[in-house]
Amino acid sequence: MTDPAPISAARTHAERSPARPARSAPPAPVSIAPPSEPTETAIAVGGFSAWYGDFLALDDLTFDIPRQRVTSLIGPSGCGKSTFLWWINRMNDLVDGARCDGRMSLGDVDLLDRKLDVVDLRRRVGMVFQKPNPFPKSIYNNIAFGPRLHAKWRRSDLDDLVERSLRQAALWDEVKDRLHKSALSLSGGQQQRLCIARALAVEPDVLLMDEPASALDPKSTSRIEDLIRALRDDYTIVIVTHNMQQAARISDQTVFFYEGRLIEWGPTTELFTNPRESQTEDYVTGRFG
Amino acid sequence: MSRPVPLATRPIGRRRLADRAFKWACALVTFLSVGALLVLLGAVVSQGLEHLDWDFLSTGPSRRPERAGFHIAIVGSLWLMILTALFALPLGVGTAVYLEEFAPKNRITRFIQLNIANLAGVPSIVYGMVALTAFGRFWGLLSTKNPIELGDEESFFYLRLPFGNAVLTGALALTLVVLPVVVIASQEALRAVPPTLRQSSRALGATRWQTVASVTLPAALPGIMTGAILAMSRAIGEAAPLLAVGASLFMLFTPDNLMSQYTGMPLQIFNWAGRPQAEFHDVAASGIIVLLGVLLTFNAIAVFIRAKFQKPLQ
Repeated sequence: MTDPAPISAARTHAERSPARPARSAPPAPVSIAPPSEPTETAIAVGGFSAWYGDFLALDDLTFDIPRQRVTSLIGPSGCGKSTFLWWINRMNDLVDGARCDGRMSLGDVDLLDRKLDVVDLRRRVGMVFQKPNPFPKSIYNNIAFGPRLHAKWRRSDLDDLVERSLRQAALWDEVKDRLHKSALSLSGGQQQRLCIARALAVEPDVLLMDEPASALDPKSTSRIEDLIRALRDDYTIVIVTHNMQQAARISDQTVFFYEGRLIEWGPTTELFTNPRESQTEDYVTGRFG
Repeated sequence: MSRPVPLATRPIGRRRLADRAFKWACALVTFLSVGALLVLLGAVVSQGLEHLDWDFLSTGPSRRPERAGFHIAIVGSLWLMILTALFALPLGVGTAVYLEEFAPKNRITRFIQLNIANLAGVPSIVYGMVALTAFGRFWGLLSTKNPIELGDEESFFYLRLPFGNAVLTGALALTLVVLPVVVIASQEALRAVPPTLRQSSRALGATRWQTVASVTLPAALPGIMTGAILAMSRAIGEAAPLLAVGASLFMLFTPDNLMSQYTGMPLQIFNWAGRPQAEFHDVAASGIIVLLGVLLTFNAIAVFIRAKFQKPLQ
């Protein structure tokens, strides 16, 4: 068993392993991440269904997301992967007509509670979007944005936090000399790592990634994947991806969605090498989707 | 069975001719409109340039055209602009922020939205009449002959209810005129901010207000400022609503407080242009040059802000 501390306990960055060096590894051939020790459940989902208006987007899902591991959600477009992700940090509250039923909990927090303080939830559950979307502010102010929302900071503490977050996202060396330049001057891949650093700066427990590399070139993609692997030990990561090789390379657990239903979930190695369902096999071998 | 028609049946020469003719027709129309404008401007400038000097800008009106100055009208317009901006910008930007960022998308919101679009097309004299009734006379609830007076008439903080023909009434009338313009321009600027920016702000735990204050409004600010300046340049050229609320056409003094009588640049020009003496028409032309100069400066600032700050956000 790993560290039994409750998920909500605040952890400092100092306890976390240092980020990987900025240089990316050469693109690996399609490989499957080595099996990892199972951990306790971070997010438990039971009988969960979600609707947009009358459209049933997710139908009766039940599965667990392990703590401090990478969980991939795979499946064809429109299968409900992103909808599910958007429910975890309640971003669907912003969508007109979005509603749900069932259970979803993070530790002992009921994520679907109407009275839940979503501001606090979103501090604990960070999110990275498909398209890099830095604010039209300086690099520094992009990172400092989240922390400043939640507390008043001494300048020196904030400086440290910005550096730590950028180092974690393997971006520090590239931007340390131009922290006060516009974030929009960065390349697409750098912008996406900036967005990851921005999400890390509020010190979340969970990191949600909605196809974080789909708008990037192969080199930037491999750097993002390296980064996800490096963050794995410290964060519970849930990543939506269209790219099955990516799911195989980076995730410990894979969940296969099809037309709003959960077809199969389990350790990535098993799901890819020995799927139980024929639909899963057809999808992971590229026969459809 | 019909045989397929060969593609090149229409003579290519005739098509080229039509193409060229249309190009020249468009060029001619463009030249006509721009040309007419240039002729008008040229006439005004040649007529008014002679009288335009520092004395014209720094002295008040006079019965003798060669001594007539624009100073009182310029200061009056300045008062009107500052007051109008103070009222119209917070109200307009606030309305736009509410409608874009906070209002539920329901029937009432759509109704308000539709009405704002309609209000932007209402003739300004109508707003003048509304302002006269509402601000000038308080709907007749208070006597205009024996107004309630607050403060010392000599001081800056003098207030009189109802406002009557005060510069404040004029500014409020202009506020009504430009408010829909400010709201619509601000809404467009806010709508141009990519929704993904709002989403990432909310995903970091920002409240709606924090998102508006630190992400959406700053990103929309250049667009809002451009709209605001264009609205102000519309207000400074308005004469009709000011006539309706009782602005003076001949003033010897600049305003002392919000209750003072006033005149504005378009009103002074209107006054001069209506005099029988031809020399006053030249003076009016000088006034027009000043007014146009201010308008072009405003528009240039707006274009500059748009070009300089309104970078593509994504």
